[in-house]
Amino acid sequence: MRLLETQSLRKRFGGLDAVAGVDFSLDEGEVRAVIGPNGAGKTTFVSLIAGRVTPDAGAITFAGADITQEPDFKRVRRGIAYTFQITSIFANLSVAENVALAAGGHDGAGAGSALARVGLANRAAQIAGTLAYGHQRLLEVAMGLALSPRLLILDEPTQGLSDAEIASFMALVRDIARDATILLIEHNMKVVMELASRITVMSRGRILAEGSPDEIRAHADVRNVYLGNG
Amino acid sequence: MSVAAKSLVFHGAVFVLLFLAQFIVSDYAALSLTRIMVLAVYAVGYNLMFGYAGLLSLGHAMFFAAGLYTAALGVTRGGWGVPVSFAAAIIVGAVFSALIGAVALRARGVAFMIVTLMFSQAAYLAVLYFGAYTRGDEGIVVKDDLRKFAFAGLDMDLTSPVLRYNLALVLLMLAVSLVFWIVRSPVGRVLAAIRENEMRTAMLGYDVMRYKLAAVVVSGTLSAASGAAFALMFGYAGASFASIQYSIHPLLWTLLGGSATVLGPVLGTAMMTLLTDLASSYTDANLLAVGVALILTVLFFPKGVLGTLRQKWLGWLP
Amino acid sequence: MSFLPHLLLAVLEGTVAAAVLALSALGLSLVFGVMRVVNVAHGEFFMLGAMLAWWTAKTVGGGPLIGFLAALVVAPAVVGAIAFVTERLLLRRIGYDPEATIVATIGLLFVLQQLALTVFGAEAKPVAAPFTYRIALPWFGYSGYKLFVVAVSLLLLLGVWWVLARSKAGLIMRVTQFDRETATAFGIPVNTVYSAVFVAGAALVAIAAVLIVPIQQAHYLMGGDPLLMSFIVVIIGGLGSIRGSVVAALIIGMADGIISVFFTPTLASIIATLSVALVLVWRPQGLFGNVAR
Repeated sequence: MRLLETQSLRKRFGGLDAVAGVDFSLDEGEVRAVIGPNGAGKTTFVSLIAGRVTPDAGAITFAGADITQEPDFKRVRRGIAYTFQITSIFANLSVAENVALAAGGHDGAGAGSALARVGLANRAAQIAGTLAYGHQRLLEVAMGLALSPRLLILDEPTQGLSDAEIASFMALVRDIARDATILLIEHNMKVVMELASRITVMSRGRILAEGSPDEIRAHADVRNVYLGNG
Repeated sequence: MSVAAKSLVFHGAVFVLLFLAQFIVSDYAALSLTRIMVLAVYAVGYNLMFGYAGLLSLGHAMFFAAGLYTAALGVTRGGWGVPVSFAAAIIVGAVFSALIGAVALRARGVAFMIVTLMFSQAAYLAVLYFGAYTRGDEGIVVKDDLRKFAFAGLDMDLTSPVLRYNLALVLLMLAVSLVFWIVRSPVGRVLAAIRENEMRTAMLGYDVMRYKLAAVVVSGTLSAASGAAFALMFGYAGASFASIQYSIHPLLWTLLGGSATVLGPVLGTAMMTLLTDLASSYTDANLLAVGVALILTVLFFPKGVLGTLRQKWLGWLP
Repeated sequence: MSFLPHLLLAVLEGTVAAAVLALSALGLSLVFGVMRVVNVAHGEFFMLGAMLAWWTAKTVGGGPLIGFLAALVVAPAVVGAIAFVTERLLLRRIGYDPEATIVATIGLLFVLQQLALTVFGAEAKPVAAPFTYRIALPWFGYSGYKLFVVAVSLLLLLGVWWVLARSKAGLIMRVTQFDRETATAFGIPVNTVYSAVFVAGAALVAIAAVLIVPIQQAHYLMGGDPLLMSFIVVIIGGLGSIRGSVVAALIIGMADGIISVFFTPTLASIIATLSVALVLVWRPQGLFGNVAR
């Protein structure tokens, strides 16, 4: 079933088209990776979807409803959860309190299972700001999970993680993918190739190519854009 | 004892002490305490917005004045009697703060500070401009006989110091209880989250604007209640209460006593009032003494008295 | 006077008001922009500058011009010194915490106001302009000194802009404003920069006071208005933007001056304050500010 669709989505900053007319669609159950060189517009694009940024033109449809003008918090309630590229947690609250806020203020089962799934259950009482970086990233994911999302958007989730942490993170994403659709911005090609069912490549605000991991790996334009052969 | 229980005992103890104080202290001190308690409601209301929701308003005098003038005009010109005037002041305060909040909250961060300041300044100027009704700087004097009323079958006279003291105490208790309850409720937790990381809170599905507006309305209404009580108990409403200085006062009192603590504003109000009175009685240069005292306090208690105490020793203080 | 000359008078008055406003706000813009703290005593630095101008002129003698020139040296020096002491002993010790700084500078405000009252007395003190020259326009005479003030303000603003935009010191200040931690990582002595900025801001507002005091009078309560107006100008112009402060000062000063000439001052103030509020509601980052990172 088509979960998310954008039509001619455009966002301008100053004189630059960060997102220059993007037609995008995402089916339920996918694990879609969005890749591309720095400045391609990936974060702006997912920010538009999450409602953190308002588009200058174009439309966004989620589960059949037009959400283009809807504010961010309403989209969250529809089932879109976003984890920030730069970790954005409540540093002065405990881990449990962080997740409880995500679970709508209830300390109960939802929050607890989210923490358990990411492996932070034993750190529930710890103050979030004192967590190691990798654990803070996991807390972000837990908060996203506690929202029971239909679409979970992960913005560069493995950045700054060690190899071991990345491996367990990939296992976590596979687990989450059983209940939610995942849209993932990533630079780590190994993660992308192993996790993604489909890949969208962006460059200069537009979609350059889309396809399965093998198709993308063989795509000439993609190689050019990354290696600059063109 | 759990954190919640400790807080309740602490607050309860403070109110018992305040109740008993009226039998021990001099008449003048009791009058001072009455004033402090009424103004403390203003500060407690202010702190809900400032300390807990993280919204710095520089224009709260307009809410205080809204209550002040509604009550004063209600008894003098409207012939409404004390209870009705007080109720009217509360309603006016609520409506007014909802309107101002709806507009002002569109401005974020430092802009919000100035917008509140500007609205308040406009309100002050309007009080002067409509001097025909408000008598401007000279102010409205509420004569003694207008401050008598019957309530629940009892005859009450607001010129009586005993009645004033206890009504002020009741008002303060209600205000503190309300704020205490909000702060510990889910709504309070969301407000704290907004203060801590607004972006994140919105991205967790909370309608941040609505929570902020609620904080502004409760805060403004409490301030109006304080203003109304002041006009009715002390019989005077003047333009100076709508001025910028009067907007700075609750900020100052709150910071002194400790923002983000429930009783901090009460302590701060008491400290400043007593400090000013004390300084005036000893020297003509009272501003100097108060200024020095402020500087010393902030050097040793950077988070306000109660705030620093909580940070260093009493972690359970709400 | 018919309408057009009236308008011209209003525009001239507005320009003077704008120049005065821009100068007063400049110091606050630097301090607020770089150090991110509100100096509530900013208006008192202005007041002290004005008082010192009066006192210097009285003490030095030798006519208004000599007094004026002497004041231009004495006022910023003394006020700058007070600012230095404040920064070192007070602000640094509380770690530039925004809330604590508000309380501390309110305390400073009381102290300075009281000192002025005690030392100089409560009456308003007139200061003679360094020169009197009446420019005879066809419809009315206008004070040459007022135009002189506008010219000097312009020069000062250009000077500050030049320092900020073109000099190494200015670069250091802008870096510190942009990101304090990165500045430290680059070896910039942030605390020293803060000291310098705070002192410079105080000195600037003292100079503004020396210029303005012949037009108004010196009074120990005169600090409230400059504080309020400077604060507004800085926010409307956009934090950290000198250009923004200047534009805002121009708009607000001009509007206030013009409306005051044609309507009552009270109504003018009401309109001005509501307009300021509406501008900020529409554009919270100010005219030239950047949306918060």
